[in-house]
Amino acid sequence: MTRPTLSPGDPIVRRRPRRWGDLIFAALVGVGGIGVLVLILAIVGILVDQSAMSFRAFGWGFIIGTQWDVKNNIYGVVPALSGTLITSAIALLIGFPLAIGSAIFLTTQAPRWMRGPVGTVIEMLAAVPSVVYGFWALYVLGPYMRTSVEPALHRYLGWTGGFNGPATGTDILTAGVILAIMVIPTISAISRETLAAVPNSQKEAALSLGATNWETTRYGIVPYARSGIFGATILGLGRALGETMAVTMTIGNRDAVPTSFFSQGQTISSLIANELTNSNGPLQYSAIIEAGLILLLISLLVNVVARLLLWRVLRVSGGSTE
Amino acid sequence: MEGAKMQVEGLSAYYGKTKAISEISVGFPEGKVSAIIGPSGCGKSTLIRCLNRMHETLPRTRVEGRILLDGEDILQLDPVGVRRRVGMVFQKPNPFVTMSIFDNVSVALRFAGRHSRDEIDRAVVRSLQQAALWDEVKDRVDAPAVSLSGGQQQRLCIARALAAEPEVLLMDEPCSALDPVATAKIEVLVDELKSHYTVIIVTHNMQQAARVADYTAFLYLGKLIEVGPTESLFERPKERLTEQYITGRFG
Repeated sequence: MTRPTLSPGDPIVRRRPRRWGDLIFAALVGVGGIGVLVLILAIVGILVDQSAMSFRAFGWGFIIGTQWDVKNNIYGVVPALSGTLITSAIALLIGFPLAIGSAIFLTTQAPRWMRGPVGTVIEMLAAVPSVVYGFWALYVLGPYMRTSVEPALHRYLGWTGGFNGPATGTDILTAGVILAIMVIPTISAISRETLAAVPNSQKEAALSLGATNWETTRYGIVPYARSGIFGATILGLGRALGETMAVTMTIGNRDAVPTSFFSQGQTISSLIANELTNSNGPLQYSAIIEAGLILLLISLLVNVVARLLLWRVLRVSGGSTE
Repeated sequence: MEGAKMQVEGLSAYYGKTKAISEISVGFPEGKVSAIIGPSGCGKSTLIRCLNRMHETLPRTRVEGRILLDGEDILQLDPVGVRRRVGMVFQKPNPFVTMSIFDNVSVALRFAGRHSRDEIDRAVVRSLQQAALWDEVKDRVDAPAVSLSGGQQQRLCIARALAAEPEVLLMDEPCSALDPVATAKIEVLVDELKSHYTVIIVTHNMQQAARVADYTAFLYLGKLIEVGPTESLFERPKERLTEQYITGRFG
């Protein structure tokens, strides 16, 4: 055999050597990548398929239905959906200021030796299993809410109508408070990273103009990080919306639209945890699946928004402005 | 020095255990432009950052000596108050990126405790005029500051510093990130500013010092080697090191 010789003008053909290692590698990661996609589509597909019976029975009325009546087999998602939205709102209302406060404290005010260790501890709180939070809420937080916080709220804010009814400590408010505690590490850790990534030149710009410590933080540092803080908050909201275990242990698990912060209630996740495995019939089962589908769509939406915002922040801070 | 607006006496500054400048004594005369020159790492930026107490905002830093502003040691005063009297412009333009052109200047007034809408409006226009930027931005003061070119951003930072009505303006290599045209504009501006302010400018560019400064100080390895009227320092340097530096034998 003679090797072909290359003369001027011939196109250069580079033969790709067959490397079995590369082919196997490509196949393996390909299976992984496509597999995840298939899984997500399968989840959505199965939820849609299994909720068909409920959708045929109640149509769009399911979304505005305020009854979840197992005895009469009438199902609407509003009791659980309102529970989910109210507890998540309480979580953000209480958790956001604390989380942002801790993030700002750790990036701008705390002594330097404290920043790393305390930041790490906060990040570790995000990894504590939710059943541990739930257990603590059930035996420590709940009783405290019942004996101290809720009577006080009733005394001073009872006139608003939102803090009436028996104080039980297992209700919408307690679930919201435990969710607040659970979203703090998420919001705080990501906000801290965004705040720490603010260029020193922005801080120096404010300081050199005679800004006080507060003014430097307020005008020089926080505005630069605001999109990242918003993204962090949305991720925290995502956690609150989907949290199951701790909520199921504290919310009281009653299928009714809450009328007060002291009402026993249900979130979509606690509904699924409580009723799916012992549902009374195919229609209830299907309705629970449909509620789950709605929760999935809300969570997906929230996460997509958060990703987009975080992506924008990364692009800006890596851009030409600095 | 007689008639010095700022007088540095025996000033040493540290980063951790590293001594960046060592026992520097020098005066900066009122209503004049003083330049600080020297090769990279000679401590000229450290020196200027001491003059409005920005040096100490970095971790593990320390300052020894005295820095007199109108005869009063600023190291004994509240740093926030000092920085309102001694403004600063940095190497790289650093406008507040989330703010408009207008807000970048007005926020300085807010820090200075001015809140009257009318007063702020007038002061913003005046500062932008002083920084020779007004004509270029008067139709779009609400546009984002980052939409300006680099040279415009630096003049915006100068306007912002002037809005606080400082007595002294520090400029830390204000042209190092700018092209020659933008640099020329800033140099003209510096010349105009000295009628109202005492200007102290750090530069690694000897020609720039020769063009804009009335007095020049030469730093080398953290020590003050020589200081004097710019002309005589460049034409008849007293120290061998100064001569070697300005003739380009090192640096």
